[in-house]
Amino acid sequence: MPETLRARPEKHQPWLDASLRPYIHIDAVTKQFGEFRAVDRTTLEIHRGELFCLLGASGCGKTTLLRMLAGFEHPTSGRILIDGQDMTGVPAYDRPVNMMFQNYALFPHMSVEQNVAYGLKQDGVRKPELKQRVGEALEMVQLGPWAKRKPHQLSGGQRQRVALARSLVKRPKVLLLDEPLAALDKKLRERTQFELMNIQEELGVTFVVVTHDQEEAMTLSTRMAVMERGQVVQVGTPSEIYEFPATRFTADFIGSINLIEGRVKRVEAAGVLVAAPQLGCDLEVTGATQVREGQSVCVAIRPEKIAVAPNAEGAGPEEGAPNAVRGGARNSVRGTVRDVAYLGDSSVFRVDVGEGFLIEVTQPNLLRSLERKVDWDDAVVLTWRADAGLILTE
Amino acid sequence: MRGRTFFLYTALAFGLAFLYGPILSLVIYSFNASELVTVWAGFSTRWYGELLRDRQVLSAAWLSVRIAVVVATIAVTLGTLAGMALARHGRFLGRTFFTGLITGPLVMPDVIIGISLLLLFVTLAEAIGWPASRGMNTIIIAHATFCMAYVAVVVQSRLSGVDRSMEEAAMDLGARPVKVFFTITLPLIAPALIAGWLLSFTLSLDDLVIASFVSGPGSSTLPMVIFSKVRLGVEPTVNALATIIVGIVTFAVVVSGVLMHRAEKRRQADIQNAMREAGY
Repeated sequence: MPETLRARPEKHQPWLDASLRPYIHIDAVTKQFGEFRAVDRTTLEIHRGELFCLLGASGCGKTTLLRMLAGFEHPTSGRILIDGQDMTGVPAYDRPVNMMFQNYALFPHMSVEQNVAYGLKQDGVRKPELKQRVGEALEMVQLGPWAKRKPHQLSGGQRQRVALARSLVKRPKVLLLDEPLAALDKKLRERTQFELMNIQEELGVTFVVVTHDQEEAMTLSTRMAVMERGQVVQVGTPSEIYEFPATRFTADFIGSINLIEGRVKRVEAAGVLVAAPQLGCDLEVTGATQVREGQSVCVAIRPEKIAVAPNAEGAGPEEGAPNAVRGGARNSVRGTVRDVAYLGDSSVFRVDVGEGFLIEVTQPNLLRSLERKVDWDDAVVLTWRADAGLILTE
Repeated sequence: MRGRTFFLYTALAFGLAFLYGPILSLVIYSFNASELVTVWAGFSTRWYGELLRDRQVLSAAWLSVRIAVVVATIAVTLGTLAGMALARHGRFLGRTFFTGLITGPLVMPDVIIGISLLLLFVTLAEAIGWPASRGMNTIIIAHATFCMAYVAVVVQSRLSGVDRSMEEAAMDLGARPVKVFFTITLPLIAPALIAGWLLSFTLSLDDLVIASFVSGPGSSTLPMVIFSKVRLGVEPTVNALATIIVGIVTFAVVVSGVLMHRAEKRRQADIQNAMREAGY
């Protein structure tokens, strides 16, 4: 892991402490549905109090993994341990986990109160305590006044909160959430994200969230696992995954990124020099990467790490490097703006750097201005620091 | 355009006349004063009075109702179990075979069901001495057999419309499968159970062919009595009886229709209120 992210020791990062036993241990779990392998030898360690996201496109196996944690599906091979207890053969109704379903799965014939009380009744909780705990749970999600309503008399956001209260009222060791915010509209989703995080922090329950929405995963999670075709591709904190994606798949899946194909020209002490034919110049990338000369690699640069400026008069092509800025620093490329998207807080530029190869650049709109410094068809220079790029070999 | 509307109304009138004309004429002739069914001789309620004094018809009607109630109850119980097995237990050994067996009675001619059950009862009586005589019990068994198939189909289709995640949620909250069935599944499929019960009740009340095969002396159901009466010549009392049955059925249909309409309207209003409060 990069040095820069290891700082802040006061932050709670149990996954860095090798002496701690993981709370949930998914051990080489495979799930086969006939010919189809939904989950393929997946191993994951999740710690107590984490808000862990399983992120992936639909059909990547994240929901199957969650359902195996809940006990609705059973691993074809491998095992799952929760708090040191082997869950093999333990039915869903005996597991110390509760789940919040994607469509909430509220019981339509019961009131809000009865929905929340259902789980406690199964445990034989007595009337006074039952009433108190249901009241507390409804208070937590601010649904007290709606206790007597039936689910169909509630709005989508309220239903979501009933489902949350119902799954938390039993104080599970682990709460599983299947696409918890998918059914809400954008504004409500943003608000609910923070509510979820506050509740999780307050109760200290371990959350495992399945989502296909990378923004949601980035906001919510302490750590996340990116899944593809039944396998975990990368596990890390949101910033680790965003800034240091391990593969092209992760880099491309999380946020937008420019992927530039190239060949390692020279390995230097500070970094490597990559010849990029698409840009017609060499790129310098610092940071530790194990590569050898002549290896074909991919240089990944996030759009917001590139600066765009109007091309100063007189800058012309250089011999052998038609796109490089004359006498300029490395990682400087000339191009023409093909697209500008104004998003309010920022603008996205697509810059043609030759033969139609487009580089995406995002710039924050720091000054209030109606005029654009850089507009359609302008000649521009793109520059970025040597440590902005990342070399991907997979 | 005009010609088209005219055509549509004519078609509608013919359709309605075809369906309800015979029933209407039956109702009218039940108030006929004449002994001859086809000759109108003025209005009278005489045949209704006759009917109430007809011990045979009354006891047959009472027998039919008792049979229908028991049959409907048995059929709903067994049919629900079969529907659950088909809709919820995924793939099990012999599932296709079981599906075939369940839907068999739906397409099998009544005569064949009747004959085969009669053979079964006779053989059983010889082999183990039960049923010693044929009558109400054998009719109930026979009716329950084929009514169960209808209930199974109704329940299965309703279950496939019920979201599985509700049952999973209940299990996740700590309810064992039997508890899940009684607290979640059963309330959710209740409309199908009621429909299945009513369907079985009607099918049993209506059946002539199967009952004729498996009934014994002294246990004639209402359709059997009516049929035997008609064979000796149509009596006006049969018209009166039919009119009463039509009246009861119409009443039941209208009442259930009104109740369902009201429930749906209230539901819609609830949803609208919830949306408005949420600020949509």
